[in-house]
Amino acid sequence: MTGEPPVRRGRLRRYRVAFSTILMKEILRFSRIWIQTILPSAITTTLYFVIFGRLIGGRIGSMGGYPYIDFIVPGLVLMSVITNSYSNVVSSFYSSKFSRYVEEFLVAPVPSWVILAGFVGGGVARGLVVGVAVTFVAMAFTDVHLHSYGISLLVFTLTAILFSLGGFINAVYANSFDDISIVPTFILTPLTYLGGVFYSIQLLPELWQKVSLANPVLYMVNAFRYGILGESDIPLTTAFGIIAGFIVVLAAYSLVLLRRGVGIKT
Amino acid sequence: MPALAVTELRKVYRGGLEALKGIDLTVEEGDFFALLGPNGAGKSTLIGIVSSLVKKTSGRVEVFGRDLDRDPEGVKSCLGLVPQEFNFNLFLPVFEVVVNQAGYYGIPRREAKLRAERYLRQLDLWERRHMQARQLSGGLKRRLMIARALVHEPRLLILDEPTAGVDIEIRRAMWSFLRELNRRGTTIILTTHYLEEAESLCRNIAIINHGQIAEWADMGALLNRLHTETFVLNLKGRVADLPVLGGYVLEHLDDCTLEVEVSRDHTINGLFEALSRNGIEVISLRNKENRLERLFLDMVEHGRTGEVSA
Repeated sequence: MTGEPPVRRGRLRRYRVAFSTILMKEILRFSRIWIQTILPSAITTTLYFVIFGRLIGGRIGSMGGYPYIDFIVPGLVLMSVITNSYSNVVSSFYSSKFSRYVEEFLVAPVPSWVILAGFVGGGVARGLVVGVAVTFVAMAFTDVHLHSYGISLLVFTLTAILFSLGGFINAVYANSFDDISIVPTFILTPLTYLGGVFYSIQLLPELWQKVSLANPVLYMVNAFRYGILGESDIPLTTAFGIIAGFIVVLAAYSLVLLRRGVGIKT
Repeated sequence: MPALAVTELRKVYRGGLEALKGIDLTVEEGDFFALLGPNGAGKSTLIGIVSSLVKKTSGRVEVFGRDLDRDPEGVKSCLGLVPQEFNFNLFLPVFEVVVNQAGYYGIPRREAKLRAERYLRQLDLWERRHMQARQLSGGLKRRLMIARALVHEPRLLILDEPTAGVDIEIRRAMWSFLRELNRRGTTIILTTHYLEEAESLCRNIAIINHGQIAEWADMGALLNRLHTETFVLNLKGRVADLPVLGGYVLEHLDDCTLEVEVSRDHTINGLFEALSRNGIEVISLRNKENRLERLFLDMVEHGRTGEVSA
C-alpha cells in the first residue's frame, strides 16, 4: 500500500501506460527504418575514424596527451548521440503534426508532460542505440577503455535528453519539412564541430577559448571525454551544471508550448 | 445529466473570424443527435472545442457534468471522436493504430489488444489488421477511425461526417452499426451532409449557420413543419390531360410522369383514389426530395424557421 488515494493511483497507472505506449511507438518507428536511422551514423563514424583517425590522425600525433584517434572517440560518439536524438524527435513529432495524428494524443486524457516524456524517451532510446553502435565501431579502431561507466552513461543520457528537447521545440515551430533541417544545418552542426570534438580548446588563442565556453556542446563533449579518457578541458561540476540547466529550461519551455497548443491547436 | 452542455460558446480565430457566436446547446444522454449546417457554419469548430483540438475563446463546455476547463482529462475519458479527415499514421498496421489509441487512454496492452480485436471484428477490419492503414480504401479508413474512437468505450461518440465519400453499402452497414451502438446506450452526435442520414438516424437536431444555432428541435417536430410534400409518380400509360383534384396540385414532368404536391391535411390514399377514379394508374412513387433537405435549405438560405413547403 502506498497510502495514495485510489483515484490518484489509477491516474498514475493510466499515465504510465500512456507513456510506455508512446515510447514503444517511437522505438518501433526508428527500429522499422533502421537503415535510415541507425546505419548511417555507424558508416559516417567509420569514415571519420578512417580519415581523421588513421590517415590524418597518424600525422597529427597526440592531443591532450592521447593519440589523436583516441582523443576523438568521445566526441564522435557524442556527436552521433546529439544528431540522432535531435533528429528522431524533430522528425517524429513534426510528422505527427503534418499528418495530424498528433490529434490522437490531444483527444486522449494524456497530460502534456507524459507526451513530452514519451517523445524524449524515444529520442534517448535512438541516441542510446546509435551511441552503442558507434562505440562498437570505435572499439574496432582504438583500444580505449572507459575511465568511468557512471559518468559516461550519465553524460550520454543527459545529452540525449537535452537534444531531444531541442528537437521537440524545433518540431513545434516547424511549418514545413524544410524547417526541421534548418536548425541542424545552421546551428547544431557548427556547435558540434566547434564543441571540441576534434580538438582541445587549449589549442585555441585565449579569446577563442573564451568564445568557445559559450558553446553548450563543449561541456557535454568534455564531460563525456572525462568519462571515457579521464581528461577534460572543463571542470566536471561546471559541465553537469550547464547541461542540467539547459535541460530544465528547455523542458519547461516545451511544456509551455504543449500546454498552449502552439503549432498544434488553433 | 446531459451528455453535452455547451453554454455561451464563442470562438474567434486569429485574424478575427468569429466562428462561434455564443452557442448554447444541450444533448441528452442516450440521444442520437444531428448537427447540421453548411460548410463554414461552425460545426467542426464546435466539435473541435468539445474534443480539445480547438481552443475556445470563451464559454463553457460540460460533458456528463465534467467541466472542460476544470477536468479536461475527465471530459476526454468519456468522449470518442471520429474526425472528418483521416488523422492516423498511414504507415502503421491497422491493429497497431487501434491498440496504440487504447494505450493513450491508459488501457493496458493485453486489454487493449482484446478490445482492438473486438472492434476491428465488429467493423469487418479484422482480416486486414496487418495491412498498413494507407492500404485501406476510403470507406475502410473511416471504419478504422470508428474502431479507434470506440476502443476506450466512450459514453459520448462524436462523428464528423463519418460517411463522406463512402459507398452506399458501407454507409448502410455503418448506419446499422451506429444504431446498435446507440441502442446499447452510447450517446451519438453526428454531422453529415447526407440529410437522409440525419433523418433516418437522429432523434434530435440542431442546425448551425454563421456560428449560431439556427434551429434546435426534435426531428419529428421539425419535419411536421412541412406544409406540403412533393412526390413523383410514374404512370402505367400516357396521360394527356390532367384532372383537377382538390388538395393536390398535379403537374406533368413528361407524358408518363407526374409531379404531385400533397398538402399536409390530405393523404396519399386519397390521391390514389382520385387518380383511379380518373383512370390513371400509378406504377411507382418517390419523394421528389429529402424532406429534411428542404427544411435545411429553407433555413440556411432564407433564415426561415416557420412552416415551409417541400
